Amino acid sequence: MINVVNLEKHFGGENVLNGINTEINKGDVVCVIGPSGSGKSTFLRCLNMLEKPTGGKIIFEGDDLTDKHIDLNAHRQKMGMVFQQFNLFPHMTILDNLTTAPVMLKKRTKQQAQEKALELLARVGLADRAKDYPSQLSGGQQQRVAIVRALCMEPDVMLFDEPTSALDPEMVGEVLDVMKELANEGMTMVVVTHEMGFAREVANRILFLADGVIAEEGTPDAIFNHPQSERLQSFLAKVL
Amino acid sequence: MQAIIDFFQKFVDIFITRGMYQMVLDGLKNTAIITLGALAIGVVIGTLIAVIKYFAEDSKALRPLALLCDIYTTVVRGIPMVVLLMIFYFIILVHAEGIVVGIVAFGINSGAYMAELIRSGINAVNVGQMEAGRSLGLSKMQTMRKIILPQAVRYILPAIGNELIALVKETSVAGYVAVVDVTRALFLIRNNTFQSVVTLTLLAAIYLVIVIILTRLLKLLERRLSTNDKRRKS
Repeated sequence: MINVVNLEKHFGGENVLNGINTEINKGDVVCVIGPSGSGKSTFLRCLNMLEKPTGGKIIFEGDDLTDKHIDLNAHRQKMGMVFQQFNLFPHMTILDNLTTAPVMLKKRTKQQAQEKALELLARVGLADRAKDYPSQLSGGQQQRVAIVRALCMEPDVMLFDEPTSALDPEMVGEVLDVMKELANEGMTMVVVTHEMGFAREVANRILFLADGVIAEEGTPDAIFNHPQSERLQSFLAKVL
Repeated sequence: MQAIIDFFQKFVDIFITRGMYQMVLDGLKNTAIITLGALAIGVVIGTLIAVIKYFAEDSKALRPLALLCDIYTTVVRGIPMVVLLMIFYFIILVHAEGIVVGIVAFGINSGAYMAELIRSGINAVNVGQMEAGRSLGLSKMQTMRKIILPQAVRYILPAIGNELIALVKETSVAGYVAVVDVTRALFLIRNNTFQSVVTLTLLAAIYLVIVIILTRLLKLLERRLSTNDKRRKS
């Protein structure tokens, strides 16, 4: 579904990504772990071109997103994204947060969009908050709404950029539960996370990024129980 | 005491008995038309410039246009309003009526200030908002219109209010281009009656009341917008 070919990203003189090659297949739940500054978030943000790669290719469903002439907006509709800081639209009700994009992009009529939004809201346990504004919700609730907002576009893949890092500890669980459920339903997901428990339990593949390259990758069992490289061993020693 | 009674007698005599209140009302109407017209033009020009400059930050094609906008704001802000008004009346819009010249000239002047205001509002909106919009597949323009600008307006509403108040008072120079606004109307009445105290006091009071009313309205609007998105659980 997503083919990452020799992806590079430089900020000024700093090399953040130094040639990343990997493939995300349909139904994959890929967790990206690694020390801070290793380029995890930059890697994820390159996948939907929020960050413009300085080299390499992102092939999404057969189209090269780094091609200047490609219709990025059309492709982004199929790649949902969830941010560390939620980034809900504070001037809109929850329902409007969920329906604005589908209606504007003519995916659905207003009424269809609202029905879909309410149905998804109910599934994350927030049906009664549709008329509220984001600031009236807790962090965990906001992040669940943010996940639903992405889902309302019926994406083929969901990108999560440290979705629980800005949350109070007691709210992490409710967001991870929603993500688990999503994974169980077969959604293709790429998750940058510090939640090793989640990665171990939900991912079918783990990428360990260090110094802008994939230093090691494999199944959760291979990564957590049989780490090969010294980098990964010392990283795991610190976080587990 | 006698002075106050005198004042009111003259006031009644001039404005009611001699019917000059009609001139004041007509003047007020013109002041309102110029102010509202200029405000509309100013907001449109200001938004346009602010958005162009925002987009020009990462589009080389828009750089020349952004430069043009810079020249416009620099030139307009560097010329006194009266001079700008006269230039429009006697050089640029020679065949237009004074009131049209007034709307255009004040609008173009206001646009230059609005542009900077609106730009600061856009910059005050968290960058994550643009990213969230783009990640959903909205174009930059769609995100700007639906997500960024509505939030920017909330940030700069008080400043726009100040701009509006300044604008109302600035229109008092419209008399230079043969528009009888409320200032011009009372100047004319003063020339007719030689009653400086009564006419000028009334004129000052009229502006004061307008400004007070506008301030109140803006406060109300501000409160309504902020309760809309900042209601918190108690």
